[in-house]
Amino acid sequence: MNFAPDTSLDIAAAVNRANGVPSTTKLKVEKLNFYYGDNHALKNINFDIPEKRVTAMIGPSGCGKSTLLRVFNRMYQLYPGQRAEGKILFDGADLLSKQLDSTVVRSRIGMVFQKPTPFPMSIYDNIAFGVKLHESLSKAQMDERVEWCLRKAAIWEETKDRLHTSALGMSGGQQQRLCIARTIAVRPEVILLDEPTSALDPISTSKIEDLIDELKQEFTIVIVTHNMQQAARCADMTAFFYLGEMVEVGVSSDIFTNPREPRTRDYITGRFG
Amino acid sequence: MASLARRRATDHIVKAISTAFAALSLILLAWILWTLIARGLPALGPNVFTRITLPPGHEGGLLNAIVGSLIQIVVALVIGTPIGLFCGTFLAENGRGTQIANVVRFINDVLLSAPSILIGLFVYQLLVVPVGGFSGWAGAAALAVIIIPVVVRTTEDMLNLVPIGLREAAFALGAPQWKVVTMVTWRAARAGIMTGILLALARAAGETAPLLFTSLGNNGWSLDMSGPMASLPIAIYQYAASPFDDWVALAWAGALIITVGVLTLNILSRLVLAKMK
Repeated sequence: MNFAPDTSLDIAAAVNRANGVPSTTKLKVEKLNFYYGDNHALKNINFDIPEKRVTAMIGPSGCGKSTLLRVFNRMYQLYPGQRAEGKILFDGADLLSKQLDSTVVRSRIGMVFQKPTPFPMSIYDNIAFGVKLHESLSKAQMDERVEWCLRKAAIWEETKDRLHTSALGMSGGQQQRLCIARTIAVRPEVILLDEPTSALDPISTSKIEDLIDELKQEFTIVIVTHNMQQAARCADMTAFFYLGEMVEVGVSSDIFTNPREPRTRDYITGRFG
Repeated sequence: MASLARRRATDHIVKAISTAFAALSLILLAWILWTLIARGLPALGPNVFTRITLPPGHEGGLLNAIVGSLIQIVVALVIGTPIGLFCGTFLAENGRGTQIANVVRFINDVLLSAPSILIGLFVYQLLVVPVGGFSGWAGAAALAVIIIPVVVRTTEDMLNLVPIGLREAAFALGAPQWKVVTMVTWRAARAGIMTGILLALARAAGETAPLLFTSLGNNGWSLDMSGPMASLPIAIYQYAASPFDDWVALAWAGALIITVGVLTLNILSRLVLAKMK
């Protein structure tokens, strides 16, 4: 059976009802298909991502959730043989269009990876690297930007006295928050988080979850996670993927307490995955 | 149980054989070093570093050979390092998985193991015959050809060790590829790349064959790279085969200088690697 997701459901409106604050669609995925060579990894995905909300994508390994995340910032284009068909409207313009430069797309849609990936340079330079790609700031403005994003990432107090020491000397959790700070520093509109806490201890994880809650005031957040409690805690909206299809999407509380699809119910109750 | 005893016995025998051969190679190495020190050290007076090569019996030194070697090696390094670095970068970053990269890599591997005398002949045909004379430039060019494949290989290997995630993280910030390479991957691999350059330098410093047909050697004082130029390996080659005792002693001194130089470079490269890690 080929289950077609219920596209008539106005996700933004549903999320708005759940939150009481209006939101519009930031990313609109339309008839998206994705291929790794001959492998059809995403099948006809239709999906709206609301602005300034946290949207979680869950599902068992290999279901395509990370693949979709990597389509949003065109990461897949680094690899020949990977291709996407369909549309992703980003504030109305097609993200996948060749007319849009991928460096511009990536400056507006930032990404944080599963493993912390600090660059082999100082904490300060880790942040300045991305900013310098898109803006030319004076020293004072750059100092200000660095402090701003480190505060946003809740790591300023820990780093302010060692901004010019190597980022490689930080703990894993600190490194990941630095990576978030580095992404924020470019001032994107959307932040993609690819299992951002799966390599971290519980305390670091809870700090990052608090952070996600803060960040949605200003940014649209899409998070891929294997941790369903995390999705339930952090996300306003959750989408469940299975074997390259999006099975169900809805307000998180509905998905986790009253899923419409049996496959979703089986997954969240731990019957498979 | 019998088979267990036999396996234990085999284990002991193999261990004994490999230990014995390891010891043998170490003894040979120590023997060479000892001979070098025993013969080279007595000849290593201040004259070696302050005087140029002179006729037998005139207490000459190796100053012209040392300076000639240094000049040719530095020029070779200036030519060879960028070529090797960019070629290795192409193989690891831009050309990964492409046909042209495979061809370049194969040719580089051939070059890496090519006899150095062939490289000397190649540069002879290319830079000595058309110009009509031996020159320091030709010598430096030949040494550059020795340096390039070593740098290409180590650069590619070291860049391949940089995790993909680090590149993706840089791309994800909207960096164009050249920025990713110069600011992130080179930086992450810099200790390894430096080591490769130092090792290439050490290899070039000891080469005689590529210089025989190119810079030829020069018994006088010359800083002119468009003419024949002295070098340590060539001086050793000439002096060691001579019938004069003082020249033979100088050859030993020269050999000791090169060995200590190469050893220092090797130790230095290890220190660089250890420190950056």
